[in-house]
Amino acid sequence: MPERDDSVRLTQVIGEASSSRQRLSIVGSGSKPWLSAPIEGQLLSVAEHTGIIEYRPEELVITARSGTPLREINQLLAQHRQRLPFEPPCFRGLGTLGGAVAAGIAGPARPWCGSVRDAVLGVEMVNGLGERLTFGGQVMKNVAGYDLSRLQVGAMGTLGLLLSVSVRVSPEPQVERTQVLELSADDAVGTMRRWARVSLPITATCYIDGLLHVRLSGAESSVLSGADGVGGKVWDDPLFWATVRDRELALFKTVDPLWRISCPPAALLPATDVALEWGGAQRWWRTSMPEDEVLAYAESVAGVAQRAWSSPVFTTPHMHRLKQAFDPHDVLNSGLVHADAAA
Amino acid sequence: MSRPLVRELLRSNLPARCLITEPAALKPYETDGLTAIREVPWLVALPETEVQLKAVMRICAQHAVPIVPRGAGTGLSGGARPVRDGIVLGLSKLDKILEIDLDNCVARVQPGVRNLAISEAVAEHGLYYAPDPSSQIACSIGGNVAENAGGVHCLKYGLTVHNVLGLKVVTMRGDTLTIGGKGLDYPGYDLLALMCGSEGMLGVVTEVTVKLLPEPPAKVVMLAAYRSLKEAADAVTDIFRQGVVPAGLEMMDKLAIQAAEDFVHAGYPRAAAAILLCELDGNAAEIADLENLVVRILEDAGAFEIQRAHDADAQARLWQGRKAAFPAMGRMAPDYYCMDGTIPRRQLSQVLHAIAELSESFGLLVANVFHAGDGNLHPLILYDANVPGELDKAEDMGGKILELCVAAGGSVTGEHGVGVEKLDQMCVQFNAAELRQFERVKEAFDPERLLNPGKAIPTLTRCSELGGMHVHGGKLPFPKMERF
Ligand SMILES: Cc1cc2nc3c(=O)[nH]c(=O)nc-3n(C[C@H](O)[C@H](O)[C@H](O)COP(=O)(O)OP(=O)(O)OC[C@H]3O[C@@H](n4cnc5c(N)ncnc54)[C@H](O)[C@@H]3O)c2cc1C
Repeated sequence: MPERDDSVRLTQVIGEASSSRQRLSIVGSGSKPWLSAPIEGQLLSVAEHTGIIEYRPEELVITARSGTPLREINQLLAQHRQRLPFEPPCFRGLGTLGGAVAAGIAGPARPWCGSVRDAVLGVEMVNGLGERLTFGGQVMKNVAGYDLSRLQVGAMGTLGLLLSVSVRVSPEPQVERTQVLELSADDAVGTMRRWARVSLPITATCYIDGLLHVRLSGAESSVLSGADGVGGKVWDDPLFWATVRDRELALFKTVDPLWRISCPPAALLPATDVALEWGGAQRWWRTSMPEDEVLAYAESVAGVAQRAWSSPVFTTPHMHRLKQAFDPHDVLNSGLVHADAAA
Repeated sequence: MSRPLVRELLRSNLPARCLITEPAALKPYETDGLTAIREVPWLVALPETEVQLKAVMRICAQHAVPIVPRGAGTGLSGGARPVRDGIVLGLSKLDKILEIDLDNCVARVQPGVRNLAISEAVAEHGLYYAPDPSSQIACSIGGNVAENAGGVHCLKYGLTVHNVLGLKVVTMRGDTLTIGGKGLDYPGYDLLALMCGSEGMLGVVTEVTVKLLPEPPAKVVMLAAYRSLKEAADAVTDIFRQGVVPAGLEMMDKLAIQAAEDFVHAGYPRAAAAILLCELDGNAAEIADLENLVVRILEDAGAFEIQRAHDADAQARLWQGRKAAFPAMGRMAPDYYCMDGTIPRRQLSQVLHAIAELSESFGLLVANVFHAGDGNLHPLILYDANVPGELDKAEDMGGKILELCVAAGGSVTGEHGVGVEKLDQMCVQFNAAELRQFERVKEAFDPERLLNPGKAIPTLTRCSELGGMHVHGGKLPFPKMERF
């Protein structure tokens, strides 16, 4: 993959768009078109802004231009026995670092190894006024000024175009293995919550079709004793977690509406045919129930429900004001931050 | 603003015991942990309920009275220092643990709850709250959120921002924001990340939901002694290069070792130029493997003595010297000034040497006790405030140290915050456009600038008066940009 610094052009385009009130739609590799469905505007691609700016394995930090493919980053890290702790999905094998941070979607390791936001240490970005800004840095701890770098995670480029991002990486575990247990959905939730209260080297769980898969990672001795602790049988599918991560399980290819529910992990189940990840905190529910009933369920368990494969929306007045603070002319990825939020 | 009117309004909303106006009783509120900077407030309000708290904020908003939120007042950057004509909003009476939810492994607490009180309350269930600032017996969880506090174990378990799941925040606009919850993500911008470390400038935290972790079943603490700072610093990078992330990795230099030994006799080798304290945790089998690996790394880097502690008593003894290091400094000099810069780990030995040179040229002793694993330095500058000019000299030198950190690719503050203390150094770290962006974020929450005004973010005027055109690593940043 060629290295290319396209930052001058990107900054310029936004500066001009800001003066002429031209709306821009930012795209990376186009791996998640469903996320940016309502965005209108002239396409601005960061796909040509690529390359790793700095990587020092002993610092546990990598800094790369936002258009750098995740694949390339994962390969480089693997050569040094390191990885991105938040395990970002590579939908259809694609995905860029900037896109992963803007979308803020973490993979199966989320509750144990942290969110995308947890790993972000700093960003270089262009706000809606065409100003090039740097927040955070490459150091692990930094409380100088408001944390505007972590705020970019999940903001879908509505606050600024990310030029480069520094993220914390983690050492690869010596050993990884998956156990599988046959359980009812209720028992699966109970079992996962019991595990959360004891020290086990768990780094992923996925309950689907009556089977609870649990991934253990760490030193060999630790994984072996962990496997004793969780019980069940060894599960030998080396691609299983990548399939879960990239949302390629059969569940995702269904015609019935599929809902993603983010809720307290021990929350009551809405039905028994729900797939569970993240120790119970991320749930996939395929149902033909009316939307208001699904939303009501989520609310009743202090969670939120959203259709899988739909874009996030920013609806509260404070979110609207934050948008204006970064992009007063509503140039960047307009349409995601609802105008009625201004109420 | 009419003080009598505001006082009357507050009296009609809060019981008398919740308002302090007597000069003698106001005295303890004139400063936080940064005692060199003081200002007596004209009133302190200590609400006992959220309703009272909101009333105070509403009255102040209506009458344009600045508010300084205050937790336990242990902050080290003057964040809770009162402002003239403002009131102090003390959160110490909002100190209830509202809920311990074992199924979800979270606790929901009021902002005035002490950090350590959370771990104490859940210890019987084998759980704890991970971030452990050295001030944890005193500091409040609200103050921890406001400063994004860290601690010895944050190397492995993260800072406050990584261990908080939900917040309730009241803004000067009168809104109550419910941010996050017991789940792992909620729609919209990540206001939780924005609130952590915002130094009480965007809203007052009235409730915090924290993550609880299981106590690790096994631990080992090691001490490694070195003849040079460089060897110790190299050992730190070697540990990470070998793929080990310890639970804690702290360094102390010669002066800090002497002070701690004189004070608590922890058994630290006095001959060392530097020691490392390294804690590993996990399950027993894992710890045994890791321990041998780490000992080998420490020895290869040149350690001339290694002590290992496997039982709780021996571990406590090894940590005791580190924990007592700050008070121990009080015996070496009448005053000390604690800095808080961060740098990339590989720059440790270079920056420590540069600090030693500054120490020599300023004629002030410096002791280093710090979170080496995170590259978070805490140089303690020893001085005597009774000697005319020494405080100024100490502050001047502190500023230089922070500029060194920025030049090394780091930050002026890792965990203590900017407060009123590091406003000038913020002008070195950020350019005008970045400072204006901070300002616009502030306006989104507090357009009248009534909440903790004058803290954390310097005005552009201040920076231009300073000659804010400092040079980063020999290059002027953004040479084509306008200068003020
Ligand atoms: C001996 C000693 C050791 C220390 N060690 C560490 C350490 O290891 N790691 C570390 O990170 N810090 C350390 N500190 C610094 C300090 O303890 C932390 O910054 C702590 O988080 C401050 O909490 P507090 O309750 O005392 O806050 P305060 O000092 O009262 O306030 C700090 C800031 O938070 C704001 N604030 C307080 N409560 C709220 C609220 N509810 N809502 C909104 N804003 C609020 C205040 O306005 C102020 O800006 C140490 C301090 C001392 C004295």
